[in-house]
Amino acid sequence: MIAHYLPYLKLLLKGVCVLSFIAVSAMFLIWLERKVSAKVQNRLGPMITGPHGSLQSIADTVKLLLKENIVPSGADRLTWWLAPFFVTVPPVTAFLCMPFGPTFIVRDLNVGILFICSITSICVLGIFMAGWGSNNKYSLLGGMRSAAQIISYEVPLLLSALVVIMEAGTLSMQGIVHAQEPCWFFLKPNLFVAFVIYLISATAEVNRVPFDIPEAESELVAGYHTEYSGMKFAMFFVAEYTNLFIISAVAASLFLGGWLGPIRPSAGWFLLKAYVVIAFLMWIRWTLPRVRMDQMMSFAWKVLTPVALLNVLVTGWLLVAKG
Amino acid sequence: MDIASVIQRIEEQFPCAIAEKTPGWITLKKESLIPVFHCLMTGPEAFISLHCLTAVDRKDSVEVVYHLFSYHHKIMLTVKVLLPNVDLTIDSLTPLWDAANWLEREVFDLFGVKFSGHPDMRRILNPDHWTTHPLRKDFKQDGFVPRPVK
Amino acid sequence: MMEYEELIINMGPQHPSTHGVLYLELKLDGEVVLDCRPNIGYLHRSIEKIAENRSFVQFMPFTDRLDYLASMNNNLGLCLTVEKLMNIAVSPRAQYLRVIIAELNRIASHLFAVSTFAQDLGAFATPLFYALRDREKIIQIFDHICGQRLTYNYMRVGGVSGDLPAGVDALIKEYIPYQRKMLDEFETLLTGNVIFCARSKNIGVLSKETAIKYGVTGPNLRASGYKWDLRKDEPYLVYDKFDFDIPTGENGDSWDRYIVRIREIRESLKIIEQALGGLPEGDPVAKVNKVFRPNGETYMCTENPRGELGFYIVGDGNIFPYRLKIRAPSFSNLSVLSAMVKGLNISDTVCALGSLDIVMGEIDR
Repeated sequence: MIAHYLPYLKLLLKGVCVLSFIAVSAMFLIWLERKVSAKVQNRLGPMITGPHGSLQSIADTVKLLLKENIVPSGADRLTWWLAPFFVTVPPVTAFLCMPFGPTFIVRDLNVGILFICSITSICVLGIFMAGWGSNNKYSLLGGMRSAAQIISYEVPLLLSALVVIMEAGTLSMQGIVHAQEPCWFFLKPNLFVAFVIYLISATAEVNRVPFDIPEAESELVAGYHTEYSGMKFAMFFVAEYTNLFIISAVAASLFLGGWLGPIRPSAGWFLLKAYVVIAFLMWIRWTLPRVRMDQMMSFAWKVLTPVALLNVLVTGWLLVAKG
Repeated sequence: MDIASVIQRIEEQFPCAIAEKTPGWITLKKESLIPVFHCLMTGPEAFISLHCLTAVDRKDSVEVVYHLFSYHHKIMLTVKVLLPNVDLTIDSLTPLWDAANWLEREVFDLFGVKFSGHPDMRRILNPDHWTTHPLRKDFKQDGFVPRPVK
Repeated sequence: MMEYEELIINMGPQHPSTHGVLYLELKLDGEVVLDCRPNIGYLHRSIEKIAENRSFVQFMPFTDRLDYLASMNNNLGLCLTVEKLMNIAVSPRAQYLRVIIAELNRIASHLFAVSTFAQDLGAFATPLFYALRDREKIIQIFDHICGQRLTYNYMRVGGVSGDLPAGVDALIKEYIPYQRKMLDEFETLLTGNVIFCARSKNIGVLSKETAIKYGVTGPNLRASGYKWDLRKDEPYLVYDKFDFDIPTGENGDSWDRYIVRIREIRESLKIIEQALGGLPEGDPVAKVNKVFRPNGETYMCTENPRGELGFYIVGDGNIFPYRLKIRAPSFSNLSVLSAMVKGLNISDTVCALGSLDIVMGEIDR
């Protein structure tokens, strides 16, 4: 009898594992961001709740859970309610083919990288819905900026992933990691260029400084999530940090060798590499000013995309020359 | 160039413009304000800056005070115009100096002097629905008691 | 048929980058600003009316609350005006002390100005914290001198309220090289940054002529290329005894306004160094009657961190001034904003506003 339900139970358990990992990871990243920013800015950061403020995120979560959920008057209710889900669900789904370890993966799809890239770009829909549904002009501007930005940076992002796919000869995430066994991809010059392009466009994809234009604290207050409060705001927050983890984890598996490591391949290496990328992005965030909308767009179309295309061309030529 | 020669030149060019002359300032007649100022701004005195524009309530009249400054000669000229309470209107200086825009709005707000020809004669500090002008000496408001003058 | 609509956006009075309670009415076409109307008055405390019901000694603390980032300079402005009106002589030591303290406060104010400008450009909080760390040193010096951290009420007509406490001159001497070093560090964060330059260069250009027409003064005028500083051109106190430069910009854009302030900090450090070296002995505490009955009127300007602060005092022989007008530099500086931002987009509006460095406390009075 029990054996009959076991596969479903296993599936459920995996789902719970992924969800709790996402929640804990987001909470940890929020704490880490506060600590990193504090370090950069000569501060201490949260210190009161728990040792070195490590429980601060839990306290914040409790606060956000208990907060009133305010619906702005004149909001487009359906859009407004659905937006946080459209933002949160895609990054959660992307964990489906995230290669944590040699066997530690929910399902190794043969179109893995394509799946991750396409599912995470659904987020822009949620952001635009949030901007539109809030009935707030700042949110609307934020949503429009976000749509333009994410669509533009999707192009160089995918082109840089394409170089990896060409080099590895597979779309499967595990296949890409296995292809790096002789040499991690970012050590090859053409793939290093792809790595840099990937990092820049991924930063833009997740709206982080210097591309935090949709949120733009000093211009648009908080952009598309200005009107959200309580748990709905928390969902945007979780989505933001989950996305941060995903781009870093994808960077780790596409360019830095994923779970491969000098001693024994394991999920530990994978997480370490992902967190190094995250720490780098955080360092960037707390140092640089923000670029302007038109500067960002022209950078995407006039610099990044041509360079990425050229890189694809060179890689193709190299592969053909190699035979 | 000093203040005395500036005043002398005004007297020569506009014989009946100056109503009163003291060591510290000159008082102009209301109607000769714009021509005199235009001359001061474009002439060799080069009073290109309207440094300050304010007013003083003299109970039966309001005195509008202009401080013109010449960066070139480093001199400050104080010009006053006396407006009787019955007719608190004067020509706006916005065609000459853009700085006059907000300064005149402030004087309008606090003293009730109307500047004709001003492009945007609204209150600037107080709410639009106010009817009183707080810097007038006869200003009365619940809760505000002027201190006795010793 | 597409419908075309202008978007009116109310920026403020509560907004992260309007520097207080400024309310900008922006008319937008997409993100491009078609028209910008600054509405002020949210911080109006009728300080000029209060002045008519206070003696000068009683009024001194109110000047602290005008430009609250440069309280010492405001104190100084009022003191100098009353001294000019009453023909009061000030001891040399008090004059030197006033210079030192006014320049220290100028540095504190400029540090705040450049760092909040960087914050407006999206360099979130990091430059601000660096600058506040250094400003804290100045505030501690002021705390030793007068027991206050923001509203000092230190200057008195005829002198200052107390001599430097023991050890404070050593603190200031320590502070000067420290600030030079830290300013270099601060500049590595912003001055050469590609994004920072791209965001601020050629944005919010203010020509020399426009600036003068609108009565813009101070660093904003100097950034437009007009070399004018009251400390140099119409020296008050003992500024004529010191050797310092007047930094000027070339294009009058936001970048110039930033770099002029940075350079002014260095010049102020030079002045403090010289003033400390030549600090004469004597008693700086005011030895004058506390009751003034001014008769007549005077107008006097001093160089504040934000521009020329003018006090116009009309006395009628009573202890209260008959009329006291404060010519606030930020007031004129802000009035030029709408002329500056037409055709820019929202991000640049914030940049232009931040580079003007306004303080609502003295605009609304």
